[in-house]
Amino acid sequence: MARNTAPPAATDDTAAPQGRRGLPGLGELDWRRYVIYIGFVVVFIFFAVFLRDAGFLSANNLLNIFRQTATITVIAVAMTYVIACAEIDLSVGSVAGLSSVVTAMALSRWGLIAGVLGGLAVGVIVGSANGGLVSLLGIPSFLVTLGMLGIAAGVAQWITASAPQPILNDAFNLLFGSGNLGPVPGLLIWSGISVVVGAIVLSKTRFGRQVLATGGNRTAAEFTGINTRRIKFSVLLLSGVVASIAGMLYAGRLQSGRFQWGAGDELSAIAAVILGGTSLFGGSGSVIGTLFGALLIGLINNGLILAGLDVSQQQVVRGAIIILAVALARRK
Amino acid sequence: MTQTTDAARPDSDLAVQMRRIHKSFDTVPVLTGVDFELRRGEIHALAGGNGAGKSTLMKILQGVYSLDEGEILVEGRPVRFHSIHDAKAAGIGMVFQEFSLVPTLTVAQNIFLAVEPLGPGGLINDREAARRSRETLRRMDVDINPNAVVGNLSTAYWQLTEIAKALAQDARVLIMDEPTASLAKHEADSLFELVERLKAEGIAVIYISHRMDEVYRIADRITILRDGRRLFTKALSEVTPEQIVEGIVGREIEGEAMTWQERSLPPEPEPLLEARNLRSGRRVQGVSFSLRAGEILGLAGLMGSGRTELARCLFGVDQLDGGEILVRGRRVDISSPQEATAARIALVPEDRREQGLVLEHSVRDNLLLPLLTRIKRGPLLSDREGDRLSRSLIERFQVKVANPARPVRLLSGGNQQKVVIAKWLGTEPEVLIMDEPTAGVDIGTKTEILQMIRGLADEGKGVIVISSEYPELLAVSDRVLVLRNGSVAQELSRRDIPDEETLQLAVQGV
Repeated sequence: MARNTAPPAATDDTAAPQGRRGLPGLGELDWRRYVIYIGFVVVFIFFAVFLRDAGFLSANNLLNIFRQTATITVIAVAMTYVIACAEIDLSVGSVAGLSSVVTAMALSRWGLIAGVLGGLAVGVIVGSANGGLVSLLGIPSFLVTLGMLGIAAGVAQWITASAPQPILNDAFNLLFGSGNLGPVPGLLIWSGISVVVGAIVLSKTRFGRQVLATGGNRTAAEFTGINTRRIKFSVLLLSGVVASIAGMLYAGRLQSGRFQWGAGDELSAIAAVILGGTSLFGGSGSVIGTLFGALLIGLINNGLILAGLDVSQQQVVRGAIIILAVALARRK
Repeated sequence: MTQTTDAARPDSDLAVQMRRIHKSFDTVPVLTGVDFELRRGEIHALAGGNGAGKSTLMKILQGVYSLDEGEILVEGRPVRFHSIHDAKAAGIGMVFQEFSLVPTLTVAQNIFLAVEPLGPGGLINDREAARRSRETLRRMDVDINPNAVVGNLSTAYWQLTEIAKALAQDARVLIMDEPTASLAKHEADSLFELVERLKAEGIAVIYISHRMDEVYRIADRITILRDGRRLFTKALSEVTPEQIVEGIVGREIEGEAMTWQERSLPPEPEPLLEARNLRSGRRVQGVSFSLRAGEILGLAGLMGSGRTELARCLFGVDQLDGGEILVRGRRVDISSPQEATAARIALVPEDRREQGLVLEHSVRDNLLLPLLTRIKRGPLLSDREGDRLSRSLIERFQVKVANPARPVRLLSGGNQQKVVIAKWLGTEPEVLIMDEPTAGVDIGTKTEILQMIRGLADEGKGVIVISSEYPELLAVSDRVLVLRNGSVAQELSRRDIPDEETLQLAVQGV
């Protein structure tokens, strides 16, 4: 791809298929909705051209991008529901960390099943607490989950005395992130399943529709007979449980539980969701967009590392690109 | 518990009976023994002032509130509603005044919200929803694309979508609350046609409206509530408008407020406000006019004629593409509301809930928002000065609120509107632009607002009134500008407009 770099040919290539698709009034087409896909392609081509010699296009590197974004993708799929419902969940990163240590500790004492159940229990407890406080007491989710971020991180550090908890159970490690299914990394399967299920549930089930309705106009949803409290509770519970699974994926891939796993993931996940075109004000959401948002962030991270930027420079460029993309996607 | 509406029993030509309904909130009785009955295929107007209990009564019928005492029969069968679901299942549909659609979903998705048709595997079948929506819209003789996103449609279509939403769920009774509040004349006309068609299908309509002409035009009977009791239910052929108004406000009032009294203007050499060839966007295409101090200028025109947009660019919300604005002969540059305020121009906007008020804030804070510089003591705001100023405004404009610290959303529509007017008049403007100042307020408040407009003009302010209600426009204006397609089609002295029809014809351009 991109071998033919002669400008006229390139423009013809991009213009022609759009025209043939026969979209009504291309001028009126709301390109902002597709800015994430355009951005993804542009950034991909940019790196493909300029970082070719650094090995950007190698199969290994591309798989690496997927592998590195898989956990964020899983968290971001659930975050799509939360944001589409006009809420936010800042606790996901530290829930992942807490889940990783609880899993590791339970695993070493009582075995595989207990480890997995322990990790899930973290998600259920934190998610229900978030959901209950938001939907029953009406406390803004921003505050509830900000508090929970601190609580979960603190508990994880406390119960481990800040020490890493190694996981020696091979079955667990294979299942959660270290294994492959044929040539496909297990992590990819986890993120693939979450994207497919997430996309179908959001756009094709009553639950998904009610999430969008609650986020789009809560009063209208309420008057239509939707139990909006239950919906808000459900999305926050879902987000907690999914974050705890993400924590187990960290634990499996890195073969240990540590309170630092997942730290800061809430920001990457929120960025992925917003980049993917989900409105921060609720009411609309796209899981596929979120996938591409997460991939774009992964792509940028990867490209910047290959380009030899150091960590501080990466942060600056990444922040600038995210602001630029959201500004472009913004409605007038 | 609800029942299905099976074969009608002979004695139930009544769609709904509400008997001896009692309802109190915190021991304050809101409804005391109200009876209400609705026949099949009847259009039944429901009227009453603020606090008369009509919205509470309707919320009971919709299953939003439970009743304390009394009973409800639908098609002759006693029912008990525990939720909106129950009422819907019994065939009660509501078309809300504050629209209750989800703007980010499509028309079809809204119509079937929470009752989506499911395909194999329990997944939503959006295609089937669109097909059935199209059917319902065709039955209403309305041309809307079911796949259009609601947020991109104009408000007139929102309302039709709401009606379709109720009909698609087999509503036999439709409650419409001020359905024409945001519609232009021709849109309202097609709504009336639609209501008539529904009536012919046997659907009963409860029609809540403050507009007499509409009530007489489409309703068969009217029930008037006052202070939580039913005053009377009568056929409209047996009741005069004066009786209705008297029943609502408890005294004869509209007659005087709605009659035009010729006012004499002091001769002044130069106009207070002058607009020369204003252009802005698509809707304002070269508008020129002048306004004298102490004059009330009416702006008439259909929705989309540029009335609202003209007001917006005079107040600096929309940017001018061309033309100039002069205040007392001096050219002013108005490209933001701050500059308009500095030029002593104020706007009471069309949509008070969206544009006029911060609903969650207190009455006091809303009033003080444009006046913060006046209560500044050094760099800080003075609470005592703020209390004094807000209380004086509340008194001057007779806002009915016991405690100014209460959120403004708890006030009635009429009182909210008074807050918006008071807020802007606190800035002591010379030019006051009012866009639909009486939309959705009861007759009592409307009278007060009209008197207020006259009083302001008598004080020497220039007032521009935009209204789709011609009687109101004719009652207060000294001069009327008719806008059509973004420019002034006609300028009429009030003296040259003998009646409402003349103005209607001028607006329609025939």
